[in-house]
Amino acid sequence: MIDKIRSADRRRVGFLTSIGDRWGALPKWQKAIGVAALLVFVYTLPYLGKLPGGLMIPGLNNLRTDSIAGGNNWAGVLFVCAIYVLVAIGLNVVVGLAGLLDLGYIGFFAIGAYSVALFGSVNSPVVKWIQQEFDLPPTWAVTWGICLLLAIVLTMISGVLLGWPTLRLRGDYLAIVTLGFGEIIRIVARNATGVTNGPVGISAIPGPEGPPSADNKVFGLIDAKPWYWLAITFVLLMVILVRRLEHSRVGRAWLAVREDEDAAAVMGVYPFKFKLWAFAMGAALGGLSGFLFGSRNAFIDPTQFNANLSILFVAMVVVGGSGNMLGVSLGAVLLAYLPERFRDFADYRWLVFGLAMVLVMILRPQGLIPSRRRARELKDRAAEAEEAPAHV
Amino acid sequence: MHFDELIGHLGQHTVDGLSKGAIYALIALGYTLVYGVLRLINFAHSEVFMVGTFAVLILWNQLGVQNNPPIGQAILFLVLGLIVAAVASGGTALALERVAYRPLRRKNAPPLIFLITAIGLSLVFVELFGQVLPKLLGGALPDVFGRPRQIIGMPTIIQQETLFTIGNTAITNIQLIVFVAAVAMMALLDWFINRTRYGRGVRAVAQNPETAALMGVNQERVIMLIFVLGGIMAGAAALLWSMRFGFTQNSIGFVLGLKAFTAAVLGGIGNLRGALLGGLFLGIVEVYGATLFASNWEDVIAFVVLIVVLMFRPTGLLGESLGRARA
Amino acid sequence: MRRSYVRALGTVALAATLVVAAGCQDSGGGDGGTASGDCGGKIAIFGAFTGDNAGLVIPSLNGAKLAVEQFNTANPDCKVTMQEFDTQGDPAVATPFANQIAGDNSFLGVIGGHFSGESDATMPIYQAAGLAMVSPSATRTDLTQKGNTSFYRVVGNDGTQAGAVASYLKTQNAQKVFMVDDASAYGAGITDELGKQLGPLVVNKDKIQERQTQFDATVSKIKAAQADFVFYGGYTREAAPLVKQMRAAGVQAKFVGPDGLYDTAFPKGASGGAEGAIITCPCLPADKAGGTFSADYQKKFGIPPGSYGAEGFDGATIYLDAFKAGKKTRADILAFVKSYDKQGVSKYIKFDAKGDVDPTKVVIWAYQIKGEAIEALQELKLS
Repeated sequence: MIDKIRSADRRRVGFLTSIGDRWGALPKWQKAIGVAALLVFVYTLPYLGKLPGGLMIPGLNNLRTDSIAGGNNWAGVLFVCAIYVLVAIGLNVVVGLAGLLDLGYIGFFAIGAYSVALFGSVNSPVVKWIQQEFDLPPTWAVTWGICLLLAIVLTMISGVLLGWPTLRLRGDYLAIVTLGFGEIIRIVARNATGVTNGPVGISAIPGPEGPPSADNKVFGLIDAKPWYWLAITFVLLMVILVRRLEHSRVGRAWLAVREDEDAAAVMGVYPFKFKLWAFAMGAALGGLSGFLFGSRNAFIDPTQFNANLSILFVAMVVVGGSGNMLGVSLGAVLLAYLPERFRDFADYRWLVFGLAMVLVMILRPQGLIPSRRRARELKDRAAEAEEAPAHV
Repeated sequence: MHFDELIGHLGQHTVDGLSKGAIYALIALGYTLVYGVLRLINFAHSEVFMVGTFAVLILWNQLGVQNNPPIGQAILFLVLGLIVAAVASGGTALALERVAYRPLRRKNAPPLIFLITAIGLSLVFVELFGQVLPKLLGGALPDVFGRPRQIIGMPTIIQQETLFTIGNTAITNIQLIVFVAAVAMMALLDWFINRTRYGRGVRAVAQNPETAALMGVNQERVIMLIFVLGGIMAGAAALLWSMRFGFTQNSIGFVLGLKAFTAAVLGGIGNLRGALLGGLFLGIVEVYGATLFASNWEDVIAFVVLIVVLMFRPTGLLGESLGRARA
Repeated sequence: MRRSYVRALGTVALAATLVVAAGCQDSGGGDGGTASGDCGGKIAIFGAFTGDNAGLVIPSLNGAKLAVEQFNTANPDCKVTMQEFDTQGDPAVATPFANQIAGDNSFLGVIGGHFSGESDATMPIYQAAGLAMVSPSATRTDLTQKGNTSFYRVVGNDGTQAGAVASYLKTQNAQKVFMVDDASAYGAGITDELGKQLGPLVVNKDKIQERQTQFDATVSKIKAAQADFVFYGGYTREAAPLVKQMRAAGVQAKFVGPDGLYDTAFPKGASGGAEGAIITCPCLPADKAGGTFSADYQKKFGIPPGSYGAEGFDGATIYLDAFKAGKKTRADILAFVKSYDKQGVSKYIKFDAKGDVDPTKVVIWAYQIKGEAIEALQELKLS
């Protein structure tokens, strides 16, 4: 049985690889058409199976999360998928490329969300304090665009602050320290009532058009589609950015550090510097994602940033295929989409996540769409294990 | 900041912290044993403890134990509880090893893969006891699995009483039992690892697996042994927990496991005496911190202390070793 | 190679055209109005129907279900449907649901949210859609202070309950009250309100955290303060071990908690430690509720209506009355809710300008733990 699954899986991976190879061999103009088709597909996803005129396409319609009883807004779910993809891409830089296990990624997500909430909402104690200090009108708050910059800068700084003392630790220690970091952020957000409003949370978080109101034309309260388009645009930009980074000197340094830190150091790649880079980069992406999350929901409170989400984020990366951007994105979409589509089983989702993590790790440690390099590494290790069975 | 309160009852807070930390230390041993030999974090160990508390709960429930039984019965219940919890926890730990970790070890998977498998297993156990078993056994054991994810109380076996008072520090019978029992268990384990033939095998594998294999140590057996030992310690912790706090829930493992793991890292993971030191240290830090600020800052204090300690001693207070330091 | 691509593209295009041509008209919503006939319609109910605190919310859901079922049996020509949306109590989950409900014009009213956080997060959305929200259990005081015009609650707010607790403590001649809360929006909210009302009677306080299991520091603070009453604002999960550890350490102070503890899991989890504890709840004892509600509930679900069962029933009844009165648009129903003025099973329901139920009509009862049961003790004065 397991052998059959394995061989079917091998064929599937072979098929994927051959697609990848063929794609690489295509002439430029065909690639351009492919990319354009993908873009069109991604941007028209909110209309999947349900066209603007109200036309329904029976088969495709069933994929939508709002086609079931008690179902969820499809564009809203797509938005969540998009920000989770952003999280997965960011965490992939840390886990997949640099090989650092970060179990507290929710901390950066929370910092991103809180930066737009604390500086952008008129209900936040920080904004109220600034208004008082500088005699500003009660409607004054930092605009959305500046909050975006603030979110990225603050998360990068917090990434460096966390990484500076801890990145010298070995991998296993890092895992527990980052887990602790995520908890610290959440508990501080909950307890520091004077700064964050504590457990009550912050409402009226602005979007691109300013504070949430029924008059907003595009980024309104009811239609989630523009929010999805905004998020997916950020995702595409970040994919390009991370891709360039991956193939730059920095990206190669990350791989070298991941595969053998000592060897990398000997070759003149200073591991600490590049690890810190990866941490800051990953933190910024997590912060950006949290920023979009806070901005779209217009309300956040500390209960939305608990440690379970950190684990979910790691699961996305690992199940999808750590090191491969396409893989981790697929992981993110699956883990965000499936519980919404199959709401009847929503109560069992953590059980299913747990089982999926265990099964994927035992049967396919490289993930659903593995990074080629990573798959080779794992294979090497398995071969080594066969040669020297005594090695643990 | 309540300095007066802390200083005024320093002795009391220290005693409270020690009895709190003793349970952390017992659980921490499971992390440390596995890490010392296999260099991997058995993140699911917290659920090994949780299973132990449920075993005690079911046992006492089936025996029809009431609050405050006579002392003879109480001792019987505790001994039975210890056996059942040790078997349940040890068995769970062994099952984890055989079902999940062994296939990974065969493939020489990197530590990250183990860690994620363990996290997955942990989720599975939490949901198993929170959702699946209540569905399956809710009818048969209504007092245990009556409602999903519910907190469940256990009878009080020993009434807490002040044994003696030194200055303004009162020491209760339960605190004393917990502390002495925990230290005794650890001393036993320490003796086992350092003085017996099996223990020598464990230390040999921890130091150098290849050489140990050449010297005729059966590595698989050693690995099974350490998982079972860690499980038994968690079982003992589960019994002490049930006696002292008298409740359980499917999700209690997460926070306790996190603290116990923090304790193991603080003391120097892989180091048995380090686990004891780390556990007691963490217990005291938490009680002091909660007194100085408020209890809702307890976890923040624990993690900040962890980060600070690791900054200055990257391998923990006593350094990592199961026998001696490894390269 | 190239030809095969062209062919593939052609096939895809053809298939797409066919599918679009064969596509059927969207049947669900979009064009608004009620589903059928002159009467009836669809309402939504959202809340934490699964997850850790579901035990507090399920009775309300059941109460609402019961109301709808009874209505449909009594009025076969006026079918009302109610759809459930499970938010797990998470505001981030509640938001897309709110978009879904607001965007689907067949929904004419909303029951929820059940927690304050999810209510706060979704209020602006329902407001923009002109949908009425009737909450059976979101009690945070400031929810109705934000100028929102579509949010109504059939339950007294935290301020009212805290007032009742304060008056109870004063009649019990409390001298030293120690307050503990779980730093949650609910627990800290009600505890702060109580602190304001008790003033100098509060001898000290402590905050614990979610999922905390060991309370040595808190217990020794209570001991040091020599409190005669301990008030705990929060939920069962932390309250049960706290009270048990207090008792084990020999603290004799009376334990008082709000409706978050109104759950038989509390005495069960504390296994004897909670004996005699007082729980206040803006919910009527089963035998005092109006009409046959308690008996019907007991018959249908096999358990007595716990916290907010009657409020859920009342929330649904408001909409059912609106449908019966022939209201068919969101605006009409919102206006109907606003001017509702009728006896419900939990209390007399009439909203003030801000959306709170008339504070003089709120009924708060004190209950006492006896064994594993929660027994009604007395009705409390509101201030």
